[in-house]
Amino acid sequence: MPSPGTERDGKIFRHRLSTRLWHWINAVAVIVMLMSGLTISNAHPRLYWGHYGANFDAAWLTLPRFPGWATIPTGYNLALAREWHFAFAWVFAFGLLFFMLRALMNGHFKRDIALGAKEVAPSHLWEDVKSHLRFNFETPGGGYNPLQKITYSLVLFVLLPLLILTGLTMSPGMNAVLPWLIDLFGGRQSARSIHFICASGIALFIVVHLLLVVLAGPINEVRSMITGWFRVKGEPS
Amino acid sequence: MILTRRNLIVTAGAGLVAGCDRLGENPAFREVLRLGEKGNFAIQRSLQQRSALAPVFDRTQISPIFRVNGTHVPAGAAYAQHTAEKFVNWRLRVEGLVARPLAVSPAQLQQMPKRTQITRHDCVEGWSAIGEWTGAPLKLLLDAAGLKPQARYLVFHCADRMGTGEMYYESIDLIDALHPQTILAWALNGQALSVGHGAPVRLRVERQLGYKQAKYVERIEAVADLSTVRGGKGGYWEDGHGYQWYAGI
Repeated sequence: MPSPGTERDGKIFRHRLSTRLWHWINAVAVIVMLMSGLTISNAHPRLYWGHYGANFDAAWLTLPRFPGWATIPTGYNLALAREWHFAFAWVFAFGLLFFMLRALMNGHFKRDIALGAKEVAPSHLWEDVKSHLRFNFETPGGGYNPLQKITYSLVLFVLLPLLILTGLTMSPGMNAVLPWLIDLFGGRQSARSIHFICASGIALFIVVHLLLVVLAGPINEVRSMITGWFRVKGEPS
Repeated sequence: MILTRRNLIVTAGAGLVAGCDRLGENPAFREVLRLGEKGNFAIQRSLQQRSALAPVFDRTQISPIFRVNGTHVPAGAAYAQHTAEKFVNWRLRVEGLVARPLAVSPAQLQQMPKRTQITRHDCVEGWSAIGEWTGAPLKLLLDAAGLKPQARYLVFHCADRMGTGEMYYESIDLIDALHPQTILAWALNGQALSVGHGAPVRLRVERQLGYKQAKYVERIEAVADLSTVRGGKGGYWEDGHGYQWYAGI
C-alpha cells in the first residue's frame, strides 16, 4: 500500500483505503438519511424555535411538501421512513467516528485538512476564489486548496456532528439520559430546526461537490476515490 | 456522451429510489432495517437509569394551546353516555396477571396520592407541546392490584375506535410502568381532562413519543407476553401501521 503523496506514472496516490471506504459508505448513509428525512419532514412540515411547537404555534419556516422522487420511500410512510433513517444513523454515526479516529491517527486531518496560516491569509483566499471562478481547481502537489479545506472542515467538524447531536436531542428517551443537550440547543424544536438547517447544508454541499467533480474531470476524480490514484494534469507520464 | 451520462444519472437516480421502495417492501430487508430501532431500544435502555426523569418545565413554558391529536371524540353511544354522566359510572379496571383485580372510578383515582408534572409531549410526526399533567402514579395502582411475578407488560385498552374500526390500545414494559413519572392523568393544566385529551383518564409515559400516551383508558391488563394480545405487536400503530413498539426516539 503506497503512502499518500507517492507519485507514479503521472499519478499521485491521494486517498488511503480508509478514506475511500468511508467516503462511499458515508455517501450512501447520508443520501438515505436525507431522503428519508424529507419523508419525516412531510409528516409535519413546520419548523419552530424553542421547546415546543405545533400547529397553533408560530412557525419560522413552513416547508413545501417534498415530492416522491426525493423521498424514501416514494409514497408517504412515516414508520418506514423512520426505520430507514434510524438504521442508517448507526452506519453514519459509527462511520464518522471510525473515520475521525483513523484520520487523527494517520495524520490525514493534519496533513490534508488543517489550514496553514498562509492559506487563510485574505490575499491567498482571494486568489483561490479567483482560480475557482476560472474553473482551475489544481493545487500544486495535488493537495486540497484552501476553499476545499474550509468546506471539508465545516462539513466534518460542524455540520455532521451537529446533525448527530440535534438528532439525539429530538429523542425523548435520550432527553432523560443527556438533558444538557436540550439546554445546549435551546429546546427540542430548536434542535429540530438546526437539524434541518444542517441537513440543508449537507444537501448543498453534495450538489456543489458533484458539480465540482464534473468540472474538475469526473473520471479522474471518481477513479481517485475508488483506486486512490489521481492523475496530475500537465505533467508528462 | 453528455446525453448518455445524463441518462445514466437519471436512470441511476430513478433506480435508486425504486430500489429503495422494493427493499423497503422486502420482509427480510425490513428486518435488517429494524435492527436500527432495536439498537436504539437497547442502547437507550442501557444508558438510561431506570428512574431517570424526562425533562420538566415551568409554568411559563406551557404551550398556549395543547394540540388535540388522534381521536377528538370517541364514537358510540356508550362513551356519549359517560360524558353525559360526567364519567361517574366509568370504571378503570386493572386485571390480567394481578393478585387482586381492581375497578376504580375517576373519583377514586383522584383521591389517590397525586403527582403533577410539566412535561413535553412529542408526536412521532415531529411537533411538541408542553402541558401540566396531574394524575395517580401507575405504580400505586399496580401495587394495590399486586402484580404477579410472571407479569412483564401492561396493556392499556382504550375506549376509542380508530378509522380502521379497531379499538386503540398501547403497552409498556415494567421499567416504564414503575417509573415515577408514569401516571394515569386526569387533569391537564389544572383543568379536568377534556374529551379531546382523553377524558376521564389517559396514560402519561414521559420518556416516549405521543402514540404511547393512550387516551380513554378503560382497562389495564398485566400480561407475560405481548404476542398473544390483539395483533401481537403491542399497540394499534404497531400492529397495523409498522410503528415501533419502543418509541423513545
